[in-house]
Amino acid sequence: MNIEQVVFYILAATVLSSAFMVVFNRNMVRSIFLFFVTLFAMSGLFIYALADFVAVTQLIVYVGGMLVLMIFAFLLSSKTILNTSATHKTSLIGLHHLPGMLISLLFFLILFVTIHQANPEEIGWVRNAGNNTLVASDNTIHAIGINLMTRYLIPFEIISVLLMMALIGAAHLARRTKKQ
Amino acid sequence: MIPLSHFMLISGLLFCIGLYAVLSKRNAIMILIGIEFMLNAAILNLVAFGKYDKQVMGGQMFALFAIVLAAATVAVSLAIILNVYTYHKNIDPTTIDQLRD
Repeated sequence: MNIEQVVFYILAATVLSSAFMVVFNRNMVRSIFLFFVTLFAMSGLFIYALADFVAVTQLIVYVGGMLVLMIFAFLLSSKTILNTSATHKTSLIGLHHLPGMLISLLFFLILFVTIHQANPEEIGWVRNAGNNTLVASDNTIHAIGINLMTRYLIPFEIISVLLMMALIGAAHLARRTKKQ
Repeated sequence: MIPLSHFMLISGLLFCIGLYAVLSKRNAIMILIGIEFMLNAAILNLVAFGKYDKQVMGGQMFALFAIVLAAATVAVSLAIILNVYTYHKNIDPTTIDQLRD
């Protein structure tokens, strides 16, 4: 087991443990900040799949944009919005958590069996990729730029219009209406 | 070289954590975070399989599109949550069960 794999599994453990802590933490603000840690470690995993541009985009959009938006929106808007759930104190695993836990555990069981049976290394197009496999020295930003302006031009334009629509809609929804 | 099935297992676990948050949390913000976990798990799978697709870069391109869509989703849903809070003084989805005023 070389150093590369050790770092990968440390990152994976960071992702999973911080995600667990986000879900099971009682304090909302703390779990939003822990969400940062999950996303950071997630971008490390993206680098291991040789997707450096996606990793940087994840850092810029999620960590830089979205989480700051989340924290600003909730910390600046109202004092009580973040501790609405602090009123009903229950034990760590209350009875109302049980169905969700059961469903997600069973779903993970299904996913585990499916992944085990699918055996992703042996899928035809993965096994026969050969020269089509990314290697660490490839310039992915170059390839992404060329593909974005040729093969994926229509999805790119559609998603830019959609993003503008969503942001205008969000600004319209979030504005304060004057009291009559 | 990391085997592909380990990427899939990690993303499966992350998806189930997100599913648990969506199913059993009593705060709309935590549900939003759970949805983001599920989206991130899907993006990890896209990226991991995109490694074997150098010419077309399908996995990485759609991972980028999914990240942009997630940003749009969060902007709109934050606005909706803030509006719901100003109406009901409460963002617990188990108590908000009416669409009318």
